[in-house]
Amino acid sequence: MLSVGLSIVSLARFQFAMTTVFHFFFVPFSIGMGCLVAVMETIYAVKKDKVYLDMAKFWGKIFLLSFAVGIVTGIIQEFQFGMNWSEYSRFMGDVFGAPLAIEALLAFFIESVFIGIWMFTWDRFKPGVHAFMIWMTSIGTMLSAIWILAANSFMQHPTGFKINGSTGRIQLTNFGDVIGNPQLWRVFPHVILAAILTAGVVIAGMSAWGLLRKKKGENLFFKKSLRFGLWVSMIFAILSAAAGDFQTQQIIKDQPMKFAATEGIYKTTKDPAPWTVVESIDANGHKASHQVDIPAALSILAYHKASGSVKGMNAINTEMHNKYDKKFGKDMNYYVPPKTMFWSFRVMTGIDALIMLVALFGLIWSRKNKYTIENKKWFLVVLGLCIWVPFIGNSAGWFITEFGRYPWIVYGLFTIAQAVSPTSTVASLLFSNIIYFCLFTLLGGVMVWYCRKTLHHGPYYEEKDSIENVDPFAKEAFEK
Amino acid sequence: MTLSILWFLIIGLLFAIFLFLEGFDFGVGMATRLIAHNLDEREALMSSIGPHWDGNETWLVTAGGAMFASLPLWYASLFSGYYYVLLLVLVGLILRGVSFEFTKHAETKTGKNIWLWAFFIGSVLPPFLLCMMLLSMVQGIPMNANGDAFPKFFDVVNWLSLVGGVAGVLLSLVHGLNFIRLRLDGPLRDRARDLNKIVYPILFAGEVVFAILVFFQTDFFTKRFTSSLLITVLIVVFSLLGYYGVLKNKEGWSFAGSGLSLSMVIVLLFNGLFPRVMIATNPAHSILIKTAANSHYTLTIMTIVACILVPIILIYFIWSYTLFTKRINPKDNTVKY
Repeated sequence: MLSVGLSIVSLARFQFAMTTVFHFFFVPFSIGMGCLVAVMETIYAVKKDKVYLDMAKFWGKIFLLSFAVGIVTGIIQEFQFGMNWSEYSRFMGDVFGAPLAIEALLAFFIESVFIGIWMFTWDRFKPGVHAFMIWMTSIGTMLSAIWILAANSFMQHPTGFKINGSTGRIQLTNFGDVIGNPQLWRVFPHVILAAILTAGVVIAGMSAWGLLRKKKGENLFFKKSLRFGLWVSMIFAILSAAAGDFQTQQIIKDQPMKFAATEGIYKTTKDPAPWTVVESIDANGHKASHQVDIPAALSILAYHKASGSVKGMNAINTEMHNKYDKKFGKDMNYYVPPKTMFWSFRVMTGIDALIMLVALFGLIWSRKNKYTIENKKWFLVVLGLCIWVPFIGNSAGWFITEFGRYPWIVYGLFTIAQAVSPTSTVASLLFSNIIYFCLFTLLGGVMVWYCRKTLHHGPYYEEKDSIENVDPFAKEAFEK
Repeated sequence: MTLSILWFLIIGLLFAIFLFLEGFDFGVGMATRLIAHNLDEREALMSSIGPHWDGNETWLVTAGGAMFASLPLWYASLFSGYYYVLLLVLVGLILRGVSFEFTKHAETKTGKNIWLWAFFIGSVLPPFLLCMMLLSMVQGIPMNANGDAFPKFFDVVNWLSLVGGVAGVLLSLVHGLNFIRLRLDGPLRDRARDLNKIVYPILFAGEVVFAILVFFQTDFFTKRFTSSLLITVLIVVFSLLGYYGVLKNKEGWSFAGSGLSLSMVIVLLFNGLFPRVMIATNPAHSILIKTAANSHYTLTIMTIVACILVPIILIYFIWSYTLFTKRINPKDNTVKY
């Protein structure tokens, strides 16, 4: 669990958790939204149906708000490795630096330059050319995900390196192995698909609120957006579940402790393994009770067949002690936080299932010939509330990935406790934590508030030319 | 020349480009409180860098990334040592980064003003603090054998670092005003010139004080007398070129002059640092390029990547600037988001 004691390591961990979780509210949303806006604008360029232009413009506004907060919170991440985790930076520099630098050169420049062009050239280019700009931005955001996930995948499952005998630091020996890390190509689809899912759910949910308001002239816009958002939610909820399964296959091999914890298994299961829906976990006693099991289901989930047992945390803990005690000592605790893992997994998958269900009913009730969704106000409210749900799911997913790496920062090589800056003090970390917390509250609140405002104004709102220059006696006023 | 030295130069180049580009962004931000008289003018100023600021800031992100990627021991020591300074830089960059979108969405006068103030503060803090940090670093700070830096308050805040910070702000300001003279029309263009006529003389005084303090507080002139002197002279010469441009209405010249002045500050610092990256009060603990560097293999990969990508980046980066050449006039409302 998140223990917020006043130790340097826990404060630094708390800061990393807080800044990345906040950053990752906006990252998947921006990645998904950028892609969907690009799709909308492309449909407009092809079909010349003006409602798609309105959609690209309106949802583009929401995209830009999220993108802005996403970038500024991203800079914190880059600085944070040096500020709070300087020992980690020294240890990992040879491997981590290259993906990070390539991310900047390849991805950040594309997205930052082309988003600037896209924002300011709506009436300068033909629709197809203008859509190209947002496609470049979207590609930039996705490329950026590859490189940062390459670094993260190395931390989960190091490949293509050796430990330098004289410095004790990691040395890259095969860059191809870092890029070809099986973890990377299994986590990347999951992240991107979930990102598009997030944007789809937000579009559907905001459109539901838009329909509820029943403002004149907006009905067609929100109807189209709703259908669009629902289809995206449905398709990508299924795809990201499949991608999650694909990723799990790798985790079982590379990080059995992580997998056992997400399923709350202390004792190695029987064969075939039952899937525990809920249970009560005694983290200190290393045992679980009150399980509600579905027979053989875990074997099917884990191995895609009705046989095979899953190793429990107690056995894995012993194995890890045998493997690492020589280097890291006997006092290490290799148990990952079991409750966080177990429940995060259930929250994440539950949310995915919920979205599938809601999207399915939404699609059924918004068919062309049987369009009844607007009479079901309760359902539109449910859809509207679902806006928040994928964000919780995204965080839960990362909780599993990151807490599941405990006690390592680089799996099997370097512990979290070793990685903290020797210069850090409780005071400096407390101070920066408070500053970030206040800033994030402000940014998050304002961003949501302005999104709400944008929705409230609707897609056909004309901004007043100016707030100050409404001077009836000005010379220009007479000339008009 | 080894690859680690090449990357030391590349990092310097990235910082120099960053200051050249983001320098005028910062200056434009400062100008919103100095030459603009109402909301429309402030927003017009803001929109003049609207399409560019994010791309410009990416040079800083890339410089930081390149530092981590090629000389990680430098990155680790610098970033962990100057904790509070960088925290405040981040606060400034964050406020500034969101202010563009938030100003656009704010509907009341107060709302817009709050974010325009955030824009202003976010435009003053980062150049001041970054220059202060760099000028503090080159004077030598307490470090241990592991490379951890423990600068005390007066190691960070002293005469040279303060003058350096102020010089960074003033240079950014004149650079921003020169940019405004290129991109805007109407009274703002004239007021930028009027203000520049006042700021430049102060800047010259500042540069002289700066040069004297660098002479006494760093080992630049004892280690590399000729090159340090030459670069210091160039800083002043480029500033003079900028001033000449202001007086003679040659807007392109003044913009190039102020930008190069800013970049030369980085050249001076990197020239003085070489072959070290961190200077410790106990010279045995200073970090050298060769000890801070990554393995030859990693540096080779990065050199190849940079050789392929940087030319492509430059092409579309410069192209994006050619798209926005029409002058902005706050009265026409030519700028629409």
